[in-house]
Amino acid sequence: MAQRVIRGPNSKGRFGPYGGQYVPETVMQALSELEMSYRKLKKDKSFLSELRGYLSDFVGRPSPLYFAERFTAYLKGPKVYFKREDLNHTGAHKINNTVGQILLAKHMGKKRIIAETGAGQHGLATATVCARFGMECIIYMGAVDMKRQAPNVEKMKLLGAKVVTVESGSKTLKDATSQAMRDWVTNIRSTFYIIGSVVGPHPYPMLVRDFQSIIGKETKRQCKEKFRKLPDAIIACVGGGSNAIGIFDSFINEKSVKLIGVEAAGHGLNSGQHAATLSKGKPGVLHGSYSYLVYDNDGQIILPHSISAGLDYPGVGPEHSALSDSGRVKYFSATDKQALAAFELVSKLEGIIPALETAHALAYLIAHKKEFKARQNVVVCLSGRGDKDMPIFFEKEKA
Amino acid sequence: MNRIRTYLNQNKKQKLLIPFITAGYPDRSTTLNLIKAAIDSGCNMIEIGFPFSDPLADGAEVQFSSYQALKNGMTLARTLRIAEQVRKTSDVPLILMGYYNPILCYGENRFMKDAKAAGVDGLIIPDLPVVEASDYKRYAAIHDISTVFLAAPTTNKTRLKQIEKSCSDFVYAVTVTGVTGGGKVFGRDTDNYLKGLGKTLSKKFVAGFGVSSPETARRFCKYSDGIVIGSKLISLMRSAKSKSQGVKDAARFLSSVRKAI
Ligand SMILES: Cc1ncc(COP(=O)(O)O)c(C=O)c1O
Repeated sequence: MAQRVIRGPNSKGRFGPYGGQYVPETVMQALSELEMSYRKLKKDKSFLSELRGYLSDFVGRPSPLYFAERFTAYLKGPKVYFKREDLNHTGAHKINNTVGQILLAKHMGKKRIIAETGAGQHGLATATVCARFGMECIIYMGAVDMKRQAPNVEKMKLLGAKVVTVESGSKTLKDATSQAMRDWVTNIRSTFYIIGSVVGPHPYPMLVRDFQSIIGKETKRQCKEKFRKLPDAIIACVGGGSNAIGIFDSFINEKSVKLIGVEAAGHGLNSGQHAATLSKGKPGVLHGSYSYLVYDNDGQIILPHSISAGLDYPGVGPEHSALSDSGRVKYFSATDKQALAAFELVSKLEGIIPALETAHALAYLIAHKKEFKARQNVVVCLSGRGDKDMPIFFEKEKA
Repeated sequence: MNRIRTYLNQNKKQKLLIPFITAGYPDRSTTLNLIKAAIDSGCNMIEIGFPFSDPLADGAEVQFSSYQALKNGMTLARTLRIAEQVRKTSDVPLILMGYYNPILCYGENRFMKDAKAAGVDGLIIPDLPVVEASDYKRYAAIHDISTVFLAAPTTNKTRLKQIEKSCSDFVYAVTVTGVTGGGKVFGRDTDNYLKGLGKTLSKKFVAGFGVSSPETARRFCKYSDGIVIGSKLISLMRSAKSKSQGVKDAARFLSSVRKAI
C-alpha cells in the first residue's frame, strides 16, 4: 500500500514549513481560545449533530454529483461529473464553512461577526448565518469588488449586514482581508472573525478545511454509487483554496486519484497581471501565515489580477503550499479569457451558469482534455453559481 | 556594543521619548531632517519605520505614510542607508520597525548583519510574535541587534513572561487592543494595565499606539519608562503647508511632550 501522506497541521500550526501565526500579539490569546474551543467541540456529539442538522436542512446537503452529459460529449474526452456546490443555499461552497464557524462563535459566546469577501459569496454566506443566528454582521469588501459583484452586495444588505467599503491598496480581497484583521485586532474581545478560506493564522486553515471536507466525503460516496470506483481525477479552482481542499481532503491518501488545482492566470502567467500564487510566487508572510505569495524584490506584495473576484488574491492557503511542494496536488492556471469562454460554454451546454471562479477549473479541463482517456471519470468541483457574474460577463461581451 | 543597552545602563532618570518616523515619507531628505529635529527636541531613541504594502497592525496615518514612502521608492535596503546617514552625526539609538515579509525576503541573517553595519541597534516586527521568532532571535543575537517584542492588553501572564524574556533590553506595551493611530479614548483599564505591567516586568517598558498629546504621554509615563509617538507626527506633517513647516510642527510637538514627561 502506498505511504499515507501525513496530514497537518502539526502542534505548531504548520503544514511542513507553511502556516504558523504571524499576527499581532493582541490576537494571540484569541487564536489559542479558538483552537481550544474547536478541538473540544469537534469531538462533541451534540455540536456535531447540530452542525449536521444545519448542513442538511438549512444548506441543503448533500449536494448532488451530476453527470455533465453534453459537456462530456463536447469534450470527447473523459466522463465529467460536477459536484454541485452551486446548489447549496446562497449558491456556493462558502456556506459549509460559515455554518461551522457561526456555531463555534455561538458556543464561544461571541455576538459580533466580521468577515472579508471578494466575490461576495463568503460575505453573503456569512450575512446569511448571522441573520439566522441573530448576530451583528460586518463585511469588509473592496470598492472594486463591490462594483463587479454588485448583486451580492444588495443581498448582504437585505440580510442585515453592514458592508464596509475598503478603499485602500488594490481595493479587492487582499485589502478587505487587511481591514477585517484591523477590525479584529481592535474588537478582539467581542468579535469572532469568520475567515472565508483556508488562509490566515492557525487554526483557521485547519478548521476551514475541516468544515469544507464534507464536499470530498460526499463525493467519495457518490462516486462509488455512480460508477462504483474512485474518480481518476478531481479538478477545483484555487483562490485561497477552500473548495479545493474541501473536495481533495478525502482523496489525499488515494494515490490513484489525480488532484488538480487551478489558479487564476489573469492576463497570462507572464503578463505580471495574474493571481497564480503557486505557479509564480515564493514563500512569504501575509495575513497571518507563511505560504506561497506574490511579492517583489523588496518583499512588497504585488497587486494580483483576475477577472474573478474570488481568485483575485496574492496568497494561498498554507496546506496547498505543502501539497504543491510534495507534488501530491498539481497546480495549473487558466486566464481571464479562458474562464469567460468556459463560463459561456458550460452555461449553454448544461443549463448551469457557473461562477467565474469555478469557470477556471472548467477552462483547465477544456484546455487539457486530450490528457484524459474516454473511460476515465473526472469530477469538477462546481464551487458556485454565476448569477453574481452576469454584470461582468455582459460588460465583456460588449467590449 | 549596543547603543540601546548602553543608554539604558546609564540609568538616567529621564523618561524615554521615542518618535516613530516612516522612512521616505514625505521624502528621503525630509525624513533625515525630521530625525535630526527629533533628536534636537530631546528624543532619546529613534524608531524608523520601513514601509510595507500591507501594514495590518496600522491605522490610517501609518498606512498613508507607508503608501507614500513606497511610491517614493523606499525599500528596506534604502532604509538602512538612512540609518547610515543618521549615524554619521549622531549616536542616538536607532530602532527599525516594520513587517516581517521584507525582512524574510532580504534574508534574516543578512539583514541583521547589514542593519548592524548601518548602525541599527534594535528591531520591532509587529506581525512576528514570540512563538514564530526563534530563527529571528538567533540571528539578532549573533549580530547584537536588540529585539523588541510587543505586549498587549490581551497578553496573559505566561506569554508576558516569554515576551519579556525575548526582549533583549525593553518591552513595547501596546496601550489598547487595536491598531496604531489617533482618536483613541483611553479608559481606566489602560492605566490599570500599564500599572500592572510596571509591577510584573523587571525589564523597562515603553507604551505606544495612539499617544497623541503631552497629557496622555505624561499619564502613561506615570507607569511606563517612556512612550512612542508615531501617527500624531504623521498627521502633523500631513496637515502642514510645507515639508519644512511639517518638520517644525513635529519638533515643537515633541518638545512639548519632552517638557510634559
Ligand atoms: C464560487 C467560488 N468558488 C471559489 C472561490 C475561491 O475561494 P476558495 O479557493 O477558497 O474556494 C470563491 C471565492 O469567493 C467562490 O465564490
